[in-house]
Amino acid sequence: MSNTILEVRDLVTRFYTEEGIVYAVNGISYNLDEGESMAIVGESGSGKSVSVLSLMKLIPIPPGKIVQGEVILNGRDLLQLSNEELYNVRGNEIAMIFQDPMTSLNPVLTIGLQMTEAMQLHLGMTKEQATARAVELLELVGVGNAEDRLNDYPHQFSGGQNQRIGIAMGLSCNPSVLIADEPTTALDVTIQAQIMELVLKLKEQLGMSIIWITHDLGVVANLVEKVIVMYSGFIVESAPVNELYKHTSHPYTKGLLESLPQLAAQKNERLTPIPGNPPDQTQEPSHCAFAPRCRYVIDHCWEAIPPLESIGPDHFSACWRSQEIRSGLTIEAQTEGSAA
Amino acid sequence: MSQTIEKQAFIETASSDDVIIKIRGLKKYFPIKRGVLRRKVGDIKAVDDISFDIKRGETLGLVGESGCGKSTAGRTILRLHEPTDGQVDFNGRDLTDLSKSEMRHARRDLQMIFQDPYSSLNPRMTVGSIIAEPLVIHGIGDSKSRKKRVKDLLELVGLNPYYVTRYPHEFSGGQRQRIGIARALATNPSFIVADEPISALDVSIQAQVVNLLDDLKKELGLTYLFIAHDLSMVRYISDRVAVMYLGKIVELGSRDDVYEHPLHPYTQALLSAIPMPDPELEGKRQRIILEGDVPSPANPPKGCRFHPRCGYATDICSQEDPEFRNLGTSDQPHMVACHHADQFV
Repeated sequence: MSNTILEVRDLVTRFYTEEGIVYAVNGISYNLDEGESMAIVGESGSGKSVSVLSLMKLIPIPPGKIVQGEVILNGRDLLQLSNEELYNVRGNEIAMIFQDPMTSLNPVLTIGLQMTEAMQLHLGMTKEQATARAVELLELVGVGNAEDRLNDYPHQFSGGQNQRIGIAMGLSCNPSVLIADEPTTALDVTIQAQIMELVLKLKEQLGMSIIWITHDLGVVANLVEKVIVMYSGFIVESAPVNELYKHTSHPYTKGLLESLPQLAAQKNERLTPIPGNPPDQTQEPSHCAFAPRCRYVIDHCWEAIPPLESIGPDHFSACWRSQEIRSGLTIEAQTEGSAA
Repeated sequence: MSQTIEKQAFIETASSDDVIIKIRGLKKYFPIKRGVLRRKVGDIKAVDDISFDIKRGETLGLVGESGCGKSTAGRTILRLHEPTDGQVDFNGRDLTDLSKSEMRHARRDLQMIFQDPYSSLNPRMTVGSIIAEPLVIHGIGDSKSRKKRVKDLLELVGLNPYYVTRYPHEFSGGQRQRIGIARALATNPSFIVADEPISALDVSIQAQVVNLLDDLKKELGLTYLFIAHDLSMVRYISDRVAVMYLGKIVELGSRDDVYEHPLHPYTQALLSAIPMPDPELEGKRQRIILEGDVPSPANPPKGCRFHPRCGYATDICSQEDPEFRNLGTSDQPHMVACHHADQFV
């Protein structure tokens, strides 16, 4: 189980825009093991999507630029590959499921054509072989009547079905890593539950590694083994899922969990929001990015960026006060973070 | 201005149990047109015969999945869509009978907060003129008193009053939503329809806005119709909750009744589908996974509209439309439209 399949080392991505440099991803590193499922959790602007798009050089260059880093997949550094070589990786070794199933499928092509394209290209299948495999895949993801429906267009399917088709396309070339970029955000809760159930089942069956990107800590609780929390382009905490929820050690993760509504809530209980606003990423980071919103903030937070340090079994946190927070001994700072 | 607020709040607490909006048999059908002559070939029954009351000072949560008609219902109540049929009594007056100019006048008391804080604010207007616009339209105050009012409103929603000269793009999503809320409050309304006001916001910001709306309600004695698809947030803000499915209300009751003892199989499925941020609880939970998708509102299933996806469905469900009946007490009604709901009581 512990064969590392994907290794990301010190990845830095920036966007050079007219308004200045956007520091989108600020040096993140992680490993993904064979058959492991991992979640990258963060809010909009946390760099979670940019960080995985950078793996396959899928960000627009320019204005984007991968400033440094290594992405080792099956022993090769993807960032050193030529575009031609990358074509063979994208969709083949790493596949992606996108957020919005309505816009990620081409509306003027039948789903049969869209599904078989990649298989003919990457696996050298004939049209007939690819069609047969497409039918198989559609049945696997639970789109009924697959043979007839290959000639339908995306608008003839519902959102949930389109997402199933997106998943089937992602699986078509037997990727070793499947990246799911908020695949359920555009869907209703009942359909979201269907899709999560499906991905869990497929992972068991096919044994691939999954990176699940989401802003919702609730979604990943039952879905993945490891969680990485990102804030402002940094990994602020990473841990196995049970450890993360039980011994939350970074103030941001703690804040995220507390601001989520609990279904088992008591009457008239109030939510605990994180004060302030998301960070401005056009400033070169020089201190902890969460400090302006943090209730545990101390002077040192404004002086240096806290490194991601081991604080427990497979548990890493980037906070000067992680140990205190983890053990629950913390005395909160006297002054609240500078709220809006 | 603040005196009026105080007076209003006093009256409202004095008679907190009376009904501010009474909705009876409200329908909104959108025609489906086909062919060269654009002949009408059918209807999308977006809202199909819904009736309920909203009590003064309460928050009624209206939940359902996309396409169930919850937003259309909210807009039809304010006559932003002309209702196909039905009545909306607001403080004893039927809004559907009002002329256009009377309706415009009535809108002083009826405001709306929109889902998307990016598209609902005019990017070319300053924050000050955005918030003052309702005051100008309704001819409230002179330019000096309006300026003062705008500053008061900004402060009320937790923004710096110096922001009046700034433009919407200078603000984050959560701040924009606060601007939208300030605009809705400008005319001192008594009833606000909040149409998914938090679903476009980041998780950490959602809680800020929910708490703000709750505080404003208490401070100003407002009544909300809070439309959302996120059931877990609705629980925090609502006194009563209505669940919609395919244009109909299938369950309506006090918050605790609906969340702790849901009587409609659809509500039960919706609640069980909410992911919980706790791996231990998640592992123990029994999920009800609904099969298939929501059917088209152009051609809803016969009988109970939920029956093709329902685990409890029997013959009667595909034949007869279930009655919307009270299975709670007369003091605390718990309404449900299901033939088999008795077994869940």
